[in-house]
This record gives sequence, structure tokens and C-alpha cells, in this order.
Amino acid sequence: MNAHLLILLPFAGAIAAAVWPGDRTRPWLLPAVGLVHLVLSCWLLVDPPPVEPGAWFAYDDLARAVLPAVSLLFLACATYGISYLRIRAERPNRVFVAALLGVLGLLSAGHQSRHLGVLWITTEGVTLAAVPLLHFNNTPRAFEATWKYLLIGGSGIAFSLLGSFCLGYASIHGGGSGDLTFHALAAQGAGLSRPWVLIAWVLLLVGYGTKMGLAPMHTWKPDAYGEAPGIIGAMLAGGVTTVAFTAVLRVRAVVDAAGAGDVASRTLLGLGLFSMLVAALLLLATRDFKRMLAYSSVEHMGILVIGASFGAAGTGAALFHVWSNSLTKGALFLSAGNIRRAAGARTMDEVRGMTSITPQSAAIFVTGMFAVTACPPFGPFFSELRVLRAGLEAGHGAAVGLLLGGLLLVFFGLTRLVFAIVDGRPRVVSTASVKRYPETASVILPPLVLLALSLWLGLATPPVLQQAWSAAVQSLFPGS
Amino acid sequence: MNSTLNLLIGLAMGLNLLALGSSRLPSVIRAMAVQGVVLGMLPVVITREFHWPVALVALVTMGVKGFGIPALLRRAMRAANIEREIEPFIGFVPSLLLGAIGTIAAVAVAQRLPLLPEHAGTLLVPGALATIFTGFVLLVGRVKAISQVCGYLIMENGIYLFGMLLLHSTPLLVESGILLDLTVGVFVIGIIVDRIQRAFDSLDTRKLTVLRE
Repeated sequence: MNAHLLILLPFAGAIAAAVWPGDRTRPWLLPAVGLVHLVLSCWLLVDPPPVEPGAWFAYDDLARAVLPAVSLLFLACATYGISYLRIRAERPNRVFVAALLGVLGLLSAGHQSRHLGVLWITTEGVTLAAVPLLHFNNTPRAFEATWKYLLIGGSGIAFSLLGSFCLGYASIHGGGSGDLTFHALAAQGAGLSRPWVLIAWVLLLVGYGTKMGLAPMHTWKPDAYGEAPGIIGAMLAGGVTTVAFTAVLRVRAVVDAAGAGDVASRTLLGLGLFSMLVAALLLLATRDFKRMLAYSSVEHMGILVIGASFGAAGTGAALFHVWSNSLTKGALFLSAGNIRRAAGARTMDEVRGMTSITPQSAAIFVTGMFAVTACPPFGPFFSELRVLRAGLEAGHGAAVGLLLGGLLLVFFGLTRLVFAIVDGRPRVVSTASVKRYPETASVILPPLVLLALSLWLGLATPPVLQQAWSAAVQSLFPGS
Repeated sequence: MNSTLNLLIGLAMGLNLLALGSSRLPSVIRAMAVQGVVLGMLPVVITREFHWPVALVALVTMGVKGFGIPALLRRAMRAANIEREIEPFIGFVPSLLLGAIGTIAAVAVAQRLPLLPEHAGTLLVPGALATIFTGFVLLVGRVKAISQVCGYLIMENGIYLFGMLLLHSTPLLVESGILLDLTVGVFVIGIIVDRIQRAFDSLDTRKLTVLRE
């Protein structure tokens, strides 16, 4: 029941937001729903409910290993959202608040989907619900970004639907009853028609890979992250991408059961390394610090699928990395939002000296940058270390070498841009606009808390999380 | 049953070529709408006996794809005051040739795919592949936002056609969820097209070039 509440509660919140009369009080619905959602998902993390194998929605091992991270990120973004929407009081926020709560509900549903068709419906629902959030700024640039997001995302939707149909046909062709829950598909195992499984795998990987933002399907990402408000960027990078990643993991488990696990691992490794490389090269070229965060997200999605390609140990490391990426990226997006508002611009040609204009945000931004480039002792360092170790144990020395090279390039790209922004003498324009956007506790605390959580995750990974990750790996790789 | 089915799918494949070869937006929209209605009839043809839930889904599909969405697109077209697709990325004759090659390739590929005996004699798989390919050509080959939306919808028609293979196994609930998502999707696209028209005073996607590296 509690598991269903995780889905129903945000939807109830969204409906309440849609009919709530006051623009000033409506944003408080965000943290209220977020808090209850977090309490519920942590409660279920500690005390997992029994799962019926044939259920369409359930708080199963995989949902348990990932969903609380999304909850945490949402609460931080929601708290930040109150002051953000107060600053942007000139824009009506009815649709914004309702759509954001809708995204949370659909994310909870997506993480808990155990049926091929239902998983597609929820993840694509998330894509559509995010559209009004992307063009909240109402500028021509925002509409351009939204159009590209819709067109590329829409093609991704189409591919994953076609892939889902192919996987369903693999089951029917192999004599299955047509039960499309992942449990039934995996149980059919080698009975699935192999050619159809392979076709389905390629299509689903392209479809859900578009949603994750893996190269070469990443092109919507910099536009969308660059034009959307910071909290939306954080939710997209840390929430929406993770639901697509768990979708890939669930499908992969079926492909594995059908005896094509090696093919799946090879394609994941290739796609991950390519994403890593593309992101690293683009990071060396970009001059816009919000687009920089998008490319960094492409890089981390690459690391996730590389981890997933290294078998059971690597998948466990990837689940750890989902947490460290979500929390650290959240801190970066929120602090970047503060800097962007105070500076009134977002390229390194126009912005500099932010340490003296927004000292606290700049400090969080720089620390977050070190955290996200895997400097110890933050979460990403330990999760990426585990990915590397899993790769070496699985005998993928060359891939690990490439991954390390990519990480180094990414480090150069990020430091180059970040220090160009925070160092130097501030421009006069920026000093004037900072008075309009002071660094109040309400915009500093949320990113600071996320950063602290990332540190805590690295220094003292809670045993309950370790246990949740290994339980999820156990359910994905029942043979190991 | 198979002859009726093949006749309908053949009609849909013909409409693909019509959409590829036409420069006038109203004809592309009409081709897409007629295709939607033709495909909407398929579930009833395939199940043979009359089941009211299947008939209901078929009716809603025909209503949405044949009338609802085209009406939305025609309104956007009138608001933007454009009738024709001028200077597409892929010209009309090359598009037609691509479409013809794609159709032949679809038939060839479908013969090599392992199919259940009841699907082997039908045009379901080749029709689906050819329609998806047509939609894709329109999506990347045209510059007007409305043509791209039409391409997207033709692609969806192809996927819907492929979904007919699973008609007996997917629960109706899932089917209707998928339909709902598509409808909302197109509705959202329609709104964004409207906003782009207002913000840029044009529906030419070549003007959407501010954001790039």
C-alpha cells in the first residue's frame, strides 16, 4: 500500500496545485509532498515490503536501490523552488508546480514498473510532463530548446515503444502466453526468440538511451539543461535519467536470461565509452557553464552504462554511482542557478569574478565541480573507483584505461571553465544585479545539503544502502 | 481475413508515398489522417469476431488519428499562414525514391525475420517497417514544423501497425495507456508549435539555430 502511496501522493499534490488559488502559497506544496515522499521511500528502504512476482507496480529491489535518491533530490529542489518561484513572481506558477509534482509521481511509478508496457507509459509520461517545465522562462531560446527536446525525445519514445513490441513478440514467438511483466519474460529465458530479443535490445537501448542522454542521442540535453531553470535541470539530470537507466537494467536482465547477455554487455560498453569520449571533447570546447553541466551529465550516463556492462559487480557500482551522481549534480545545478541569476549571463566570456559577487554559491560550485570530477572524499570518487575495480576484475583493462583517459579530459574541461567564471575581477553589470538576488539561506542551504550528502555517501556509505544495492544486483543477476 | 487485411495495409503503404511526394501541407495532413483511419480499422479486422472493447479502442483510434490530430494541425497551419513546404532538406523526388527503396527493403527484410505462421502471409511487418521509414524520412527531411509533426505521426502509425502483432497478448489497459500518451504527446507538440509560431513569427525550423556549440 505504501508503495502505491509513493505514486498517488504526488498526483494528489499535482491536482491540489492545479486548483490551489494563490500563486504565493502554492509552491509550499512542493516541499510538503517532497517531505512525505522522502519519509515514505526511506521507510520502505529500511523495511522493504513483500513483492508479488506478477505485480505491475511494486517497491522491488531495484526501486528500493534507486528511488530514495530521487526523493532526496526532489526535496532539496522543492525547498529551493519556494524561493526560486518567489524571485520569479512575474511568471504564473500553477502549471509549473502541478507539472513538477506530476513528474515526481511518474518517476515513482517508472521506478516501480515491473511490466514492459507500463514502464513505457510512465517513462514517456515523464517526458511529456517535463515539457511545461522546460519553457518556464518563456523566451524564444526556451521554445527552441523545448522543440528539440520534443522532437528528439519523441523519436526516442517511438523507438522504445517499437522495442517493447519486439520484446513482446519475442515472447509470443517463443510460445509464451503474452504476459509482459519482466518477471514472466525473464522466466521464459532461453525460450524467447533470439533474433527478436536482439532487435528489441537495440531499439530499447536507443529509445531509453535517448532519455538518458547517451551519445549520439544526447543532442537535446545541452539545449534543455541550458534553458531550463536550475531546479528542472537538477531533476532531469538526477531523476529522469535514472528512471531510463533502471529501464535499461530491467530490459538487460531479460536479455541476459535469454542468453544474449554478452551482446548486451558489449553494446553497453561501446555506447558508454563513446558517450564518455564525446562528452569529454565537448567539455573542452563549451564556454557556457549551464551547457557544461549537460555534457557532464552525458559523461556520467556513460559511466553508468559502462558500469552496467561490467557484470554484477559493475552494476552494483553503477547503482552507487546513481546516488552520488544525483546528489552531486543537484548541488551543481542549484548553485549554478544562483551564479547565473547574479551574473545575468552564462558564458565564460561574460561572467567572471564570481567569488567576490556570490562567494557562497561559487564555493559550492567549485567544491561540487571537484566532487563530480571524482576527487576524494566525495561519493563519485568511491563509486567510480568501484566501477574501475569491477572493470579490472572482469578483465576489461583497455576499457578501464579509456575510461580513465576520459575522466582526465573531463577534469581539464570542467576546471578550465569553472575557474574562468569564479576567478578574476567581476564585471560591473554583475555587481549591480547581485543586489537584486542576494544569497539568502533558502538558496544556499539546499545545494549545500546535497553536497554534504554526497560527502557522507563517500565517507560513510550507510550499510542499509550497500545491502539495497547488492539485493538489487542479486535480483538482476539471479545466477551470480 | 488476410486479403482484407493486406488490402488495408497496402492502402496505408500507398499513402506513405503520397505523403512523401507532396509539397502541399494539406495533402500531407490528409494522407496521414486517412492512414490513421485505415489503420484504426485493423483491430476489428484481425479479431474477426465482434468484441466491444476492441471496437471501442478502434473507434477512439480512428477519431484521434483521423480527425482530432489533423484538425489541430490544420488550425496551426492556418494560424501560421503556410500552405507549402519549400526547399526541404530532402527534395520531393529523392524522398519518393527513398520511400520506394525503403518499401522494397522492408519487404525483403520482413521475409528474413522469423514470424509466426499466422503473420507470415500478411503485409503487417513489411507495412510497419515501410511506414516507420517513411515517417523518419519526413521527420529529418522537412523543415516546416508541421511537416515534421506529420512525419512523427506517420512513424507512430507504423509502430501501431507493428503493435497489431501483439493484439492478442497486450492487455487493453496498456493499449489505452499508450493511446493516451500519444494523444497527450501530440497535444503538447501542438501547443509548442503554436508558441514557436508566436515567438519566431515562423514555423521554419531552420530559424531554430541559436542553441549550438
